[in-house]
Amino acid sequence: MLADKDRIFLNLYGVHDWRLEAARKRGAWNATADMIAAGRDWIIQQVKDSGLRGRGGAGFPTGLKWSFMPKEVKERPHYLVVNADESEPGTCKDRDMMRHDPHLLIEGCLVASFAMQAHAAYIYIRGEYVREREVLEAAIKEAYEAKLIGKGNVHGWDFDLYVHHGAGAYICGEETALLESLEGKKGQPRLKPPFPANAGLYGCPTTVNNVESIAVVPTILRRGAKWFAAIGRANNTGTKVFCVSGHVNRPCNIEEEMSLPLKTLIETHCGGVRGGWGNLKAIIPGGSSVPCIPAEICETVLMDFDALRDVKSGLGTAAVIVMDQSTDIVRAIARLSYFYKHESCGQCTPCREGTGWMWRVLERMARGDADHSEIDLLLDVAGQVEGHTICALGDAAAWPVQGLIRHFRHDIEQRIDRYRAAKGAHQVRAPVAAE
Amino acid sequence: MSVRRLSADQPDAFAFAEATMQQVSWWLGKYPESRKRSAVIPILWLVQKQEGWVSEPAIRTIAEMLEMPPIRVLEVATFYTMFHLAPVGKHHIQVCGTTPCMLRGSEALIEVCKRRIGRAHAPTPDGKFSWEEMECLGACVNAPVVAIDDYYHEDLTAEDLEARLDALARGESVAPGSARGRQTSAPEGGPAVLIDRALYDGSLGQKLKLPNLPEPAAS
Repeated sequence: MLADKDRIFLNLYGVHDWRLEAARKRGAWNATADMIAAGRDWIIQQVKDSGLRGRGGAGFPTGLKWSFMPKEVKERPHYLVVNADESEPGTCKDRDMMRHDPHLLIEGCLVASFAMQAHAAYIYIRGEYVREREVLEAAIKEAYEAKLIGKGNVHGWDFDLYVHHGAGAYICGEETALLESLEGKKGQPRLKPPFPANAGLYGCPTTVNNVESIAVVPTILRRGAKWFAAIGRANNTGTKVFCVSGHVNRPCNIEEEMSLPLKTLIETHCGGVRGGWGNLKAIIPGGSSVPCIPAEICETVLMDFDALRDVKSGLGTAAVIVMDQSTDIVRAIARLSYFYKHESCGQCTPCREGTGWMWRVLERMARGDADHSEIDLLLDVAGQVEGHTICALGDAAAWPVQGLIRHFRHDIEQRIDRYRAAKGAHQVRAPVAAE
Repeated sequence: MSVRRLSADQPDAFAFAEATMQQVSWWLGKYPESRKRSAVIPILWLVQKQEGWVSEPAIRTIAEMLEMPPIRVLEVATFYTMFHLAPVGKHHIQVCGTTPCMLRGSEALIEVCKRRIGRAHAPTPDGKFSWEEMECLGACVNAPVVAIDDYYHEDLTAEDLEARLDALARGESVAPGSARGRQTSAPEGGPAVLIDRALYDGSLGQKLKLPNLPEPAAS
């Protein structure tokens, strides 16, 4: 369990003031000039040593990502882009960081931009976060006025920070779609390579990082890479803000150590599962894109990248969606399938057609109006979508369906049987298209 | 994907209001001079704030301003679902319907909207209300969530939503935030963490020496 003194987001719940003066008292902007003075190699090495893995879902080592940027700035400027397009169902952590601790993020933007020799950074915030954007803009204004950022600031690294917003497209959380959107286009992901570190925003070297990955950096530098690396377990270090939603007694956001057992997380901070732990049916441990895990696995699994990968799920954004025995799990996953159908950008055929197909079949399965053989067909189609698209949205649409069938096939079968018994029709129905 | 087309009824013309124009120039200042089309989403949003929705003349005006083909602006306006392509009510209610909210009762909220406002996207005859179902609004620990005129109302029951609609119908304003008085995303009853006073007494703002600093080069 994490002690209060080891927390990074000291105003996660907005109990205190977010403004500059109060943020400084909580340690923000402390010794920032010394970090800059220590040089970019030192900063990148510290971030590497801390073991920080990207907090946006994929878990790629942040320091390593930074080191992909060209060593020297040639004719094209470098950019940092912060991904604040938080739209993964279940996830609402960046929101709190931006509205309650914005100065940690702004400071992180300066430090990271300096480390990558960027003089400008954009924060891409989702369009629905109007209040959060207002706070962030106000905090940036404060930072400019205090000469913490901007031209000729006290840190000696000219740096401009801009907020840009989206308008309700989940796909813009994918880094290249985000860059397209920031360039004023539809948010359709780009083929990689070239990777953004070579050709990103406006064709210039760019690094895209999640809000949390950037906002934790100044505190890591202030307290030392060793401190961060000592929290959690090897390869899964540091603190993490978990979002626990669904059927728990007290849903909340909570910063905890990595590798905390899932059961401890729920019992300690969220008042337990509604109706007691025995009432648990399944948990989606890392945002809607990762496969759900049944109660037996939830009993022992640790909340980190490797442990969840070992049970064929993932940490994702660490958004824990809890479902108790009252949940109609087929409908719950069908609703996620609808989400992916709605949010597919339409660029790649397997995703554009597959997401809708999977949703329509799942809707029928939720009623029971399907055939046993269609379960395998659905699994097959999910496998055809997975890995056959430009970006990971195809995978993200397939995984929840695969997780459902892996662990709850009997639920679907039972439902089909019950539907047929009620109809009195045992004969195999004429095959129908998914439509 | 969702199919989105421009409304059949279009006004004859569009003009930026002066206040909108000021904000437009502020947004344009954020991007390199040669990259002003980057501002297309923020400007479409400002137009929507001014007019209530995005019309075809507005799209053409924006295209001219940003020196981009009108089709590129149309593409953006139809791709991003926050842009209303037809008029909406004075108060637009956006109900999150994705699984985390669904698990905590968003279907009851949708029922309220259907009963009181009617079909999604269609404003009431008096023009006061319209509603739509949204995909994840990103406030899942405060589910179910409804955005009313841009701001989030959280931890709602059907009765809470009805009370808000009643207040709006009377011309009153409604305060966003948790309907149950929660401290934002903290667990109900208040946070049990972040209570160590030493974190807030200013000691963290005292001068400190960074650990692991490189040895200064011998001079």
